[in-house]
Amino acid sequence: MTIDWTSFTPWASLAGGVLIGVAAAMFVLLNGRVAGISGVIGGLFKPAAGDVAWRVAFVLGLVAAPAVYALFAQLPAPRIDAGLGALLLAGGLVGVGTRYGSGCTSGHGVCGLSRLSPRSLVATLAFMGAGFATVFVIRHLVGI
Amino acid sequence: MPVLASLLAGLVFGVGLIVSGMADPAKVLGFLDLAGHWDPSLALVMVGAIAVGVVAFALAHKRTTSFLGLDMKLPTARHIDRRLVGGSMLFGIGWGIAGFCPGPALVALGMGQAKALVFTIAMLAGMGLFELFERRKPMAPAKT
Repeated sequence: MTIDWTSFTPWASLAGGVLIGVAAAMFVLLNGRVAGISGVIGGLFKPAAGDVAWRVAFVLGLVAAPAVYALFAQLPAPRIDAGLGALLLAGGLVGVGTRYGSGCTSGHGVCGLSRLSPRSLVATLAFMGAGFATVFVIRHLVGI
Repeated sequence: MPVLASLLAGLVFGVGLIVSGMADPAKVLGFLDLAGHWDPSLALVMVGAIAVGVVAFALAHKRTTSFLGLDMKLPTARHIDRRLVGGSMLFGIGWGIAGFCPGPALVALGMGQAKALVFTIAMLAGMGLFELFERRKPMAPAKT
């Protein structure tokens, strides 16, 4: 391991993290819900009366965020190296996995850990571990 | 009002993802690449988010309603089972393949990234598969 000092952005990371925390705080204190994005989306598959509008609104907020950001600063271009097959496989795994696992980085990682939930700690360690292992296999064993 | 609050929370969350660099899959994969050039940024994002989140959720746990008068709907599940761990691992694998999880994918979608659209469609398909599997079988007891 070498530390990628040129990519490391400590202040932007902290600032962005605080914003994410503020968003989660807003969501729990105003809407009474955990900002678990896989769950917010997942609930749309079993739409119940009164349960749809806020979900769509949250998703729209995420999708509209770049437009809002662009009013104030230049949007950084994301670097997405995955090809079509990888994207389809990754998406499918994330879709199935987050539902069985009852959460993702926002639900378990941010909110669950903030709630001091042992269940979320286990989930976070599991997906972090799997993420580390996957990148290791892809980049250092298979060598893509 | 709750729908507006939800939209706002999604917006702030999305802006936080952009500011922190977490909407950039290459940056996320840089954190997951422990054996290579390791970018610790994501760890600081979590620190920032959880620092705020801990305070917010401590307050939320003391309430039965949100500040908008909605029921406080915090997850109550406590069991740690194969679904949680297995699902989380599957999610982590998908995350490690493309560097996308649900929130960042939606933000990248909002940036007009075609690859994010592919990922999101696959993710929704995965979630749909989960719903199909769940609706077919009768409720199974949680395995510990």
